[in-house]
Amino acid sequence: MVKSQTAAVDVRGLSKHFGEGDTKVIALNNVSIVIGENEFFTLLGPSGCGKTTLLRMIAGFDFQNEGEILLYDENIANLPPFKRPINTVFQNYALFPHMTVSQNIGFGLKMLGKPKPEITARVSEMLKLVQMEELKDRKVSQISGGQQQRVALARALAPQPKVLLLDEPLSALDYKLRKEMQIELKRLQNETGITFIFVTHDQEEALTMSDRIAVMSKGNVLQIGNPREIYDRPADRFVASFIGESNFIVCKVEKKTRGSATACLPDGTSLTVDCPVDLELPQPATIAIRPEHAFISEKPGKNQLAAIIKNIVFLGTDTHVHTQLSDGTAFVVRQQNVIGEKPLQTGQNVGIRIADGAARILKD
Amino acid sequence: MCAVPHAKVALMAISSRGFSVKSQVGFSTIALLCIFALYLPIFTLVVYAFNDTDSMSLWGGFSLRWFKSASHNVAIQDAVLRSFQIAIIAATLATAMGTLAAIATTRTAPYRGLNFKYALINQPLIVPEIVTAVALLIVFARIKVWTGYTGGAYLVAAHTAFCIPFAYLPIRARLEGMDLTLETAAADLYANPWNTFTNITLPLLLPGVIAGYMLAFVVSLDDVVITEFVKSGGQETLPTYMLGQIKKSITPEVNAAATFFLVLSVLAVTAFYFISRKKH
Repeated sequence: MVKSQTAAVDVRGLSKHFGEGDTKVIALNNVSIVIGENEFFTLLGPSGCGKTTLLRMIAGFDFQNEGEILLYDENIANLPPFKRPINTVFQNYALFPHMTVSQNIGFGLKMLGKPKPEITARVSEMLKLVQMEELKDRKVSQISGGQQQRVALARALAPQPKVLLLDEPLSALDYKLRKEMQIELKRLQNETGITFIFVTHDQEEALTMSDRIAVMSKGNVLQIGNPREIYDRPADRFVASFIGESNFIVCKVEKKTRGSATACLPDGTSLTVDCPVDLELPQPATIAIRPEHAFISEKPGKNQLAAIIKNIVFLGTDTHVHTQLSDGTAFVVRQQNVIGEKPLQTGQNVGIRIADGAARILKD
Repeated sequence: MCAVPHAKVALMAISSRGFSVKSQVGFSTIALLCIFALYLPIFTLVVYAFNDTDSMSLWGGFSLRWFKSASHNVAIQDAVLRSFQIAIIAATLATAMGTLAAIATTRTAPYRGLNFKYALINQPLIVPEIVTAVALLIVFARIKVWTGYTGGAYLVAAHTAFCIPFAYLPIRARLEGMDLTLETAAADLYANPWNTFTNITLPLLLPGVIAGYMLAFVVSLDDVVITEFVKSGGQETLPTYMLGQIKKSITPEVNAAATFFLVLSVLAVTAFYFISRKKH
C-alpha cells in the first residue's frame, strides 16, 4: 500500500470455479489481495486470467465458492450488489438508453432515496467534474463514445462509493482519446480520493496509471507491486514477457553468491546475473534481458554475445535490431536513434553487450 | 435480345450485384399478383358497403344507407361494444401474463424443461382452434351447471388464454435482445430487483409490450371459432353476429359493419404504432 496504511478492500483466499467434473474451469484460485485506501490499483492480465471475475465478485455480480471480501473490515462477500457501497464503470458503459445524461448520473442517488435538491446539486457537481454540463439534457444515444465514457464515470462516482471498479473502460476508445482519458482518470482519482480498482489487459495503461499492479494469469496472482518493481524485477517468466518485452536465453548457472550468480551462455560467454530464486547448482535456467538494456557493438569483444543482424525496424525515437545468437536464439536490442550515426546493416556480425545488473534469472 | 436464356439472366443478376430478389425475372408480376390477392377482396367488400341495392353482387349506385342502417341496428351496436370490451380486457390480461412469462423464461440460466415450457405457453398456436373450442365448450358447460354463472367471463377467459402467445412472443424477443448489463448496472447503482424492473427493464421493454398488446387485441377482436362455441345466448361479438347474418340474408349491411370494423382496427393499430414510436 502506497498512500495509506488503511485497507479499503481485503480479498482473502477467494476461489471461483465454473462447472463441475470434467468441464470444471477454475476462474480464481485462492486469490488474496489487500488494496489500500485511496489507491489506484490495477488488475492486469490476458483475457481469461480471472481479473474480470475478481472484479465482478467485489461488485457482487458473481459469488465466490470460497473466501472472503472485506470492505473496511466488514465482510461483504454475501451481500447483493445493491447493498454494497461500490460502483462500477462497465466496459460497454451500460448507460440507460431511455434516460438523459442527468438522469443517468442521478440514478444511483435516486435509488438511495436522496432528496431531490441534493440529487440536483450532486448531479451538477458531477457534470462539472467530467465537463459535460452543456450536454446534460441529451439522451445518451446522442453523445459520442468519449462523452458516454465520461457520463459512465460520473454516474459511478455520483453516489460517492467507497471503491470504484473500472472494467476495461478505455478499450473502446481510439488511441488519442484513450491517452487523454488515462490522464483524466488519474485526475479524478486524485480529486475524489476514492479507491480505484482498474481492470485491463493493456500493460502500458497499467504502468502509466497505477499506484500498484497485480499481474494475474490463469486464476492466480503472480506478482503484486508498483509499476517499477513489476517492470524491473518481474517475479517469473510470464510477468517478464507480459509486461514490456524481454529476451530469454537458456544458460547454465555456475557460481552463486547471495542474490547474484554467474551464468554460462551457450556460446561460452559468462555473465553476472541477478538471481532472486533459490537454485541448486549447476543447473539450466532461463535469464531475461530487456531489449533496452543491451547494446550493439560493431566489433565483438570479451563478455559480449556474438550475434548476426537479421532485421532492423525503425520506430521513430528508437530502432529495434533483431539479431540471432550463435546458438540460434533470437535476441532483440532496442537502441535510441542518434543523428549522424552510421547505420547498421542486415547480415552484419556484431557483439551484444549486456548492461550490469540487467540480466535476471527467472522461474519458468 | 432474347438470345440469353432466363436462367443465365438470373445468374448474371446474382454475380454482378450480389443476390437481390428484386432483380429476379417476374418479380414485379408476382408481387402485383400477391397484392391483388391480398387486397382485392377487401377492396370489393368496402366498395359494396356503399352499394345502393340490396345485393352484394349487383352495383346500384353510391349510397350510405347501409352505414346508416348498421349504425341504427341495436344488435350491431351491442356486438361492437362487446367485441371491444372483450378485446381490451383479454389483451390487457394476456399482456400482463405474457410479460411475466417472458421474464421468467428469459432471465434464467437454461435448464431442462425450458423448451417444454415454451411449448406450453405457445400451446394455443399449436393446437387447432376447433379442438380448443370444443374442449372449452364441454368444460365451461360443466362449470355453468355447477356455478349457475353464465356471464361474459367465459369469453374473456377463453380469449385471454389464446391471446397469451401473441403477447408473449414479441415481449420475449425484446427481452432477449436487451443488454443484460443494463440490469446489472442498475443493481450496481443501489436498485433492488423491483426498482430495477420498474425503472430499467419495463421502460425498455415497452415497445415489445405494446406490440404484444396490439397483436393480442387484434387476434381477440376477430376471433370466430372459439367465441362461437363459448358464447352464451345474447353474447354476440361482431364477428359472430356477422356470421349469423350471412347464414340468414345477405345484405350490404354486413359489408358496412365489416368496413367499420376494418377502419377501427386500422386506427387502433396505427395509434399503437405511433405511441410506441414516440417512446423511442
